[in-house]
Amino acid sequence: MSYISLSHEDKKKMLAVIGISSLDELFCCIPEEIRLKRDLNLPSPLVEPELIHHFEEIGKRNSDSSYLSFLGAGAYRHFIPYVVDYLSSRGEFISPYTPYQPEVSQGTLQVIFEYQTLICQLTEMEIANASLYEGASAAAEAVLMAHRLRGNPKILVANTLHPQYKSVIQTYVKNLPIEIKEVNYNERGELDLDDFARKIDAETSAVVCQSPNFMGIVENLDRIAELARKHQALFIVVVAEAASLGILKAPGACGADIVAGEGQSFGLPLSFGGPYLGFMACKKDFIRQFPGRIAGETKDAEGRKGFVLTLSTREQHIRREKATSNICSNQAWCGLRATIFLETLGRKGMRELAYQNIQKANYALEKLSEINGVKRRFSGPVFNEFVLEFAGGWPKVEGFLRQNGVLGGLSLEPFFPELKNCALFCVTEMHKKDNIDRLVRLVGEVLR
Amino acid sequence: MIREPLIFEISAEGKRAFDLPKLDVLEKKEFLNNLPLREDIKGFPQVSEIEVVRHLTRLSQTNFCIDTTFYPLGSCTMKYNPKVNEKVAQLGNFLHSHPHAPQDLVQGNLEVLKSIEDFLCEITGMEAFTLQPSAGAQGELVGMMLIHAYLADRGSPRKVVLVPDSAHGTNPSSAHICGYLAQEIKSNERGTIDLAGLIQQMTEDVAALMITNPNTLGVFESDILKIAEIVHAKGGLVYMDGANMNALVGKFRPGDMGVDVIHLNLHKTFSTPHGGGGPGAGPVGVKKHLIPYLPFPVVEKGPAGYVFNHNRPKSIGRVGSFYGNFLVIIKALAYILSLGAEGLRETAEIAVLNSNYLRKSLEGVYHLKYSTPTLHECVFSDKLQKEHGVKNIDIAKRLIDYGHHPPTMSFPLIVPGALMVEPTETESKKDLDLFIEAMKKIATEARETPEVVKSAPHTSYVRRLDETSAARNPVLRWEGDEEK
Amino acid sequence: MYPRDFYYSKDHEWVKLEGDTATVGITDFAQKQLGDVVYVELPAIGTRLGVHQTIGVVESVKAVSDVYSPISGEVIAVNEELNNSPEMLNQDPHAKGWIIRMKVNDKAEIEKLMNSVDYEKYLEGIES
Repeated sequence: MSYISLSHEDKKKMLAVIGISSLDELFCCIPEEIRLKRDLNLPSPLVEPELIHHFEEIGKRNSDSSYLSFLGAGAYRHFIPYVVDYLSSRGEFISPYTPYQPEVSQGTLQVIFEYQTLICQLTEMEIANASLYEGASAAAEAVLMAHRLRGNPKILVANTLHPQYKSVIQTYVKNLPIEIKEVNYNERGELDLDDFARKIDAETSAVVCQSPNFMGIVENLDRIAELARKHQALFIVVVAEAASLGILKAPGACGADIVAGEGQSFGLPLSFGGPYLGFMACKKDFIRQFPGRIAGETKDAEGRKGFVLTLSTREQHIRREKATSNICSNQAWCGLRATIFLETLGRKGMRELAYQNIQKANYALEKLSEINGVKRRFSGPVFNEFVLEFAGGWPKVEGFLRQNGVLGGLSLEPFFPELKNCALFCVTEMHKKDNIDRLVRLVGEVLR
Repeated sequence: MIREPLIFEISAEGKRAFDLPKLDVLEKKEFLNNLPLREDIKGFPQVSEIEVVRHLTRLSQTNFCIDTTFYPLGSCTMKYNPKVNEKVAQLGNFLHSHPHAPQDLVQGNLEVLKSIEDFLCEITGMEAFTLQPSAGAQGELVGMMLIHAYLADRGSPRKVVLVPDSAHGTNPSSAHICGYLAQEIKSNERGTIDLAGLIQQMTEDVAALMITNPNTLGVFESDILKIAEIVHAKGGLVYMDGANMNALVGKFRPGDMGVDVIHLNLHKTFSTPHGGGGPGAGPVGVKKHLIPYLPFPVVEKGPAGYVFNHNRPKSIGRVGSFYGNFLVIIKALAYILSLGAEGLRETAEIAVLNSNYLRKSLEGVYHLKYSTPTLHECVFSDKLQKEHGVKNIDIAKRLIDYGHHPPTMSFPLIVPGALMVEPTETESKKDLDLFIEAMKKIATEARETPEVVKSAPHTSYVRRLDETSAARNPVLRWEGDEEK
Repeated sequence: MYPRDFYYSKDHEWVKLEGDTATVGITDFAQKQLGDVVYVELPAIGTRLGVHQTIGVVESVKAVSDVYSPISGEVIAVNEELNNSPEMLNQDPHAKGWIIRMKVNDKAEIEKLMNSVDYEKYLEGIES
């Protein structure tokens, strides 16, 4: 396939204008001895029908999407209204550049402005940015931001923060004067407030807590906010399952200073992990330390309303080594999909979606806990994920489920060695009652 | 043209665009016990489906985009985004694949990751790649961390990274996040790294030199072998910002020339769409000595198939939850498979041809600070037009009236009033000529009717926007929640 | 053009010395280079500054610039007006746009700076 648009005639004319006789002469600034003197060793090019066939064949070597899956843990299967695909596939949304020339990018910029507003409304925070890469790096950026604001070396992180988010935070702070200290969970699966009270001190810049947390438990954020405030530490709330914002008390209303999370639930398919959508919101006072692109409202030369990327002096292309982050691009197109999703679901749809998640997940949890040999591991309230403990071991159950076309929960032992025989299940509005009953039946069968 | 309102302004109680199937499990109110609930989402929109569709369709029509417009943005490589690549990235088996699915059920996905890694190694001459970074800037951060980990492991942690004065802002920014002090190294009169300066500044406290090649002026750093030698002699490493790889594919391999670590931008050289500002992907390639430090998991091919290897004790850790922007990676892989070796080489050749054609046609019309030969991009400045009070931003805005997206502005910093032009290889001669003609007309206008240029754009959806008051009095969200 | 009783640094800051107190700001040349100022980061009162230490930061839409202290001393006042009206730095950089007032350590440090004549010559050198 070639995407070149020059005819033979064109090339001749252009070479003549430049004053050379061959394309090779264009590369004489690359010294002869370091030029590549052979063809790249790549497969023969595929034309369109071959290309499609090639990827279809590779795709056939995946079979996970044909299973009935109860996997969650940071990636959630939700309904995506068709308008999301339809509108986001427009060339005017897929192929523009970053809106640095606002006069010709009002579509992109207004979408960003609406997205920022929607995130503020969902989180009840004062300002939001145009998005970051994904939940884990958003959490890491929040930690770095809190450190810049407070200057104290310690960051307390709830043990129930998504393990992969913890891992990314560790990577980001490795070469900086920041110490991460973990706070344990209690029997309910919530942040252990006593452990928290013991560990927080005047050296703490911030506290990071996820809700619903990795165990699926919805935290009492108000209490944590109060304790954090007492020690002048910033309260960072992480939201990995954004659909929960449709019905749960907003982090802003609970006292969060910074909210960071994953927006994949808002109209992005599972996509084997990416591209996803990091979101971040904070209090107005912190604006100058807030990373990422931000769209703002302004007027044009004739007084008409318009939108621009603003406060760019925080960013790397101007502030360079003093920037709030090195981040350059955001996930604009993913943010667009989220915007379409949120505007389509609307006020009632968001709540209804979240409500069905709670109902279906708790229905599943109740039925599964009734089975002999299965125990609800944590007593705290859940949104759409829960942890079950299998007295006879999880691998046996997992294997049986697989044989019967079901992908059960995610084994927790690799992340939490003390949670042997435990698995994290996710149930969303996409699971029909029949699907859940099938899971219950199969688990009952293998444990009989 | 009527200004498209915000969605919140057309929202009203009672409208809906979406319905879920009725709840099919027995509803139990007690499931809500102990859950902290919100009353409502204040201000959240309520509109019908047609309103969503019209709103977003009309907004899309106010955007320039590659599908309609020429984007000669230097350093951005705004080439055509092939449509078939969109199609293969949407195949159900990829789209609906869960990142926690058991490895043996996602062998296709792992094959995609390993294949592109192998191809990128071949294209760049590096020996392994990580696909985990979500963007070029994150790739740079990974590159810096790899260098840091490697040197610390050798008991030689260093504090400084050398960054050319022509470098993109992400370079010093990424170095800083890694705990390094970014020290500027000056360009010589050709616009390339000054060797004498490098010899002086390259000490045993310097961890690395960050080099862009060709550099942000479009000039090839032809002393690259010597540069690498100087850096390596003092125990440092060479990091290459691969943003300008479009000039080099099939002609030159950084890995053969002393580069230790490189990042690529799949949304530049490898044609994946910019999406209005992302998602991109910033894979990082390394030589053997840096492999142990790569983020985990790495993809390996074993006797039983592909596996994710998480057991990497020297790894710098994760920079993302999962495996990178997977759908973006598929599009880039499709691009490489469509073009093959010859197609990729042709890409570089025509990219450089198109750029030099533009350069030759506009030389004398616009000032070129450096006369050094350039590859796929070149940097003009507004020096000649400034004599009439017309600046680069005015020229940029006036280009909009001629139907072109402006070039990159005010970068690199070493060219005051810069206009960085990169046409890419997918533009036709006709479109290039239209651009040349527009630029020539604007140069004339700058002399004869500068006011027309200074008050541009005239024909766009909005006129020139006031960025000063946007920054002085930030309004970052719609504020009408209370009424709604 | 440039006030005769001010002293000037190579980084385009000005100093007006009155007894033991110095007022510091940026010059007209500097504000022109920056463009429309949108934000000024001011130091805390009591901050001790050495020569060429950063007083604060001035931000325009497209650029950021550190402001360096031309002499050493202790900050006794900052121009709070700049928080509400950063444009003051553009409109009146030599008077209403003052940035800080300091208690100077050593009045002799002023000798190392340029007077208005030398500064104007220095600017001519830059602009050519």
